[in-house]
Amino acid sequence: MSDKKKVLIINRRAPYGRSNARDSLDVALTCGVFEMPISLLFADDGIFQLLGGHQAKEIGQKNLSANLAALPMYDIDQLFVCESSLNTHGLASDQLDHNPTVVDQKAIQQLIQSHDVVLTF
Amino acid sequence: MKFSIVVQAAPYSCQSAETAYRFAKTLLDKGHDLHRVFFYGDGVHTGSALASPPQDEPNIPANWQALAADHDLDLVVCIAAAVRRGVLDDKEAGRYSKSGSNLADGFELSGLGQLADAIAQSDRVVTFGA
Repeated sequence: MSDKKKVLIINRRAPYGRSNARDSLDVALTCGVFEMPISLLFADDGIFQLLGGHQAKEIGQKNLSANLAALPMYDIDQLFVCESSLNTHGLASDQLDHNPTVVDQKAIQQLIQSHDVVLTF
Repeated sequence: MKFSIVVQAAPYSCQSAETAYRFAKTLLDKGHDLHRVFFYGDGVHTGSALASPPQDEPNIPANWQALAADHDLDLVVCIAAAVRRGVLDDKEAGRYSKSGSNLADGFELSGLGQLADAIAQSDRVVTFGA
């Protein structure tokens, strides 16, 4: 494998309605195993992935929040959340788990520009 | 330029499944390289040999097979996503004691490491989402 690409993963879907959130986490963990620098941006309905108190078992799913909590063990600690998505959904950053950095549109542009590859889920 | 493509869209459910194929065909026509196509999520259904669309509709799995044969493409179907959705090669069908396999010729089942490798090897990685 050649040089380490910086990968930004943008999460735009709520955690359990579709498989996107789980698929995204699996990609993040795999890239982490390959020691690629990974950042995660949560935007649109994806910000709901950062809310705590999931009771996923009640709908036959595995708890994604526990997987997110495991990310630092893979050296994945660059978590960002879109400010305007928080506003749209009436949420504040202190309601979220996993300590994401709040970013505005300009910071998101810079985030995308500063990574080699962007994957969207 | 060296591209890789990630297809998350299920054929016939999402237009982006067809768009992914058209994008791949166009970039090859323009002389670019396609390092790998990685089918993920519902996109794994693209690798089903049992898809039988009406004759007046595009046959998306067959179109990918033909493109792969023409350009020696690497069509990788995510094994974890495929097995849970019932897209199996002979080996997985044996492992799970299933009566048959249905992975189309020209596709192979492999892990997410192939996506990480595609990211590392390609100048551009383009996602066609669901």
